[in-house]
Amino acid sequence: MDDTAVVIAFWVMAVLTLVSALMVAMVHDLIHAVLFLILSFVGVAGLYVTLSADFVAVVQVLIYAGAISVLMLFSILLTPRSARDNAAVSYAAPIASLAILVGIVLSYAAVETNWAKNTNEFGSTAREIGNALLDPYVLPFEVASILLVVAMVGAIILVRPAEEAARADGDQA
Amino acid sequence: MTALLLPFLNWYDFDPFRDLYNWLDKQVDPWLVYLISGIIGCTGILTFVGLGALINVWLERRIIGRMQVRRGPNRVGPWGLVQPVADAIKLIQKEVLQPDLADSRLFNLPPILVFIPAMLSFAVFAWAPDMVLANLDVGVLYLLALSSITALAIFIAGWSSNNKYALLGAMRVIAMMISYEVPMVMALLAPVLLVGTMNVSGLVAWQADNGPLAIFVPLSLIVYILSATAELNRTPADIAEAESEIVAGYHTEYSGMKFGLFYAVELVNSLAVSAIMASLFFGGWALFGIDDFIPAWLIFILKIYVFYFGLIWLRGTLPRFRIDQLMGLAWKMLLPLSLINVAVIAVEVLIWEEGDFGSWILAPFALINIALALGLLMLFFRLITAKLYRLPRRVILVRDIQVPNLPAPQAAVALQPPAATP
Amino acid sequence: MIEIEHVLVVGGILFSIGLFVALSRRNAVGVLMGIELMLNSVNVNLIGFAKLSESPTPITGQVFAVFVITVAAAEAAVALALAVSVYRYRQSIDVDRLDLLKW
Repeated sequence: MDDTAVVIAFWVMAVLTLVSALMVAMVHDLIHAVLFLILSFVGVAGLYVTLSADFVAVVQVLIYAGAISVLMLFSILLTPRSARDNAAVSYAAPIASLAILVGIVLSYAAVETNWAKNTNEFGSTAREIGNALLDPYVLPFEVASILLVVAMVGAIILVRPAEEAARADGDQA
Repeated sequence: MTALLLPFLNWYDFDPFRDLYNWLDKQVDPWLVYLISGIIGCTGILTFVGLGALINVWLERRIIGRMQVRRGPNRVGPWGLVQPVADAIKLIQKEVLQPDLADSRLFNLPPILVFIPAMLSFAVFAWAPDMVLANLDVGVLYLLALSSITALAIFIAGWSSNNKYALLGAMRVIAMMISYEVPMVMALLAPVLLVGTMNVSGLVAWQADNGPLAIFVPLSLIVYILSATAELNRTPADIAEAESEIVAGYHTEYSGMKFGLFYAVELVNSLAVSAIMASLFFGGWALFGIDDFIPAWLIFILKIYVFYFGLIWLRGTLPRFRIDQLMGLAWKMLLPLSLINVAVIAVEVLIWEEGDFGSWILAPFALINIALALGLLMLFFRLITAKLYRLPRRVILVRDIQVPNLPAPQAAVALQPPAATP
Repeated sequence: MIEIEHVLVVGGILFSIGLFVALSRRNAVGVLMGIELMLNSVNVNLIGFAKLSESPTPITGQVFAVFVITVAAAEAAVALALAVSVYRYRQSIDVDRLDLLKW
């Protein structure tokens, strides 16, 4: 795209996302880390908007920043005696070098490959995604809904209090 | 390039602005035109939001006072009209306290963070046929995503106060808000299914041709009103910030203008919810073609304030629900209702598309939907208030109990002193 | 101009930061934060390809991204339920102390 404003917006969002992701690793308080994670989610949603994916951007804000972040905050709340200082394990320095190596390899592969480039224009992405979900990709769509039900039931069973589980088993026995 | 930008710039409905736009378009680069028209549009919306926050304070207190058979504020100006200014000055001059152990950076963030989604939600409304600030193709979903961010800001407010009651209030608010998001999303899914677009001005244009969506999806409207009242934390669903319940909940530790921001956000959010109801269910700027004579944005603003009056009416009349009653309402009544609603509307859209009918089929659909809405609501109200134990159908009086026939009592034997023992 | 290489490099750096966070946190919720960052970087790549690469059905990238978001939500729910459950029995979600399965 040859629109300078979109390019500027892309780089602003990219820098915001990467800096917040780095701060997730650096801050010394777990709640601050979760808040920087939420900021990086919103930054990624901004990246999607600059790449003409408006539906996916709104879904990202709705699900990641709206629901998954709430899940993480609640699970921090429900584990009060765990350390909240966002500490790194003792072998963090080798992990950092590993991560930097992985980043270098990925960037090198990205820059050196001869991609088949084309700038695609979309109509209403919501409509096109909807058509795609019901025509070619209807089987993954149904499997994803089953996956969500299984995950919901699994999560509920995992956190049931022990006496309620015993009572339920007693009812069945 | 201007053709690409035009969909985002169609907020102008006034001839002077249109002339200004055309003149600017010839003079400067397109991106500068875009920026200037964006700034003008944002200024207009912020003016409305600011004035709305001020007027709503007065409206709420005055109308609730009248509903409670008292006068409401009437000292500070004619009919108490300067009361919001007096409130603002009082809040500004208060000492801003911060608990010693509260997380300083996190403590100052929520009053700002909770205002951002409230203001952003005004960007997608269609004030007139050509007047939209951001003509998003996913407008309805955008409005729903903003309410999730509000829940996060409230949680941060409760957490950073270092106060047990604030945290408890924040957890209640989050539990309620995420519970009510699900029926709200599904309730707004039904009109989107019927119309075929998530674009808010597209929905309003459809309603200008075919009539208000409230008669086609009445169950959606009712579910949306109930969910939105709970999302706004207004009475009857304000368990999280009620003073007699939990010492003002998540905004206990906030004083001065920070509390003023929370209060203002509740009013601005109510205005946004009224605007959503007016746009999506009652036609937005369209009112039987009156918008040839009266400016369309004036009709829209009047509709917003009619529904805002409805919200104030709910607040002034109903008592407060308990938190378990509220969660039960969300999961046991509103979610099944909205699911059934989506299923019925989907079947109707299928019949409409496959059968190649014209628009006349919307009328029987509307009648079916209204009848279904009334029937389902009555059924669910019966179910949700059903007693879990049996009471006798009629009070049993003591004298109705049949006494079994006992033999007549014997003649009383006179008491005699015990025989003297030898 | 936004080129495909720029998007992929941003995704790659985000992936490496996510990898670092996932492998080096002591708290189980911190590990989950790293995993979510990695899934987000994958999504960035997919959306970039949808927009900037030649394809008969360019919308496939965005559909794939929606599926990744869905699966990430399900996985976060189960992972956090596991963390809370482990906390209930061991009073800690410090990954250094959850080593019952070690030799």
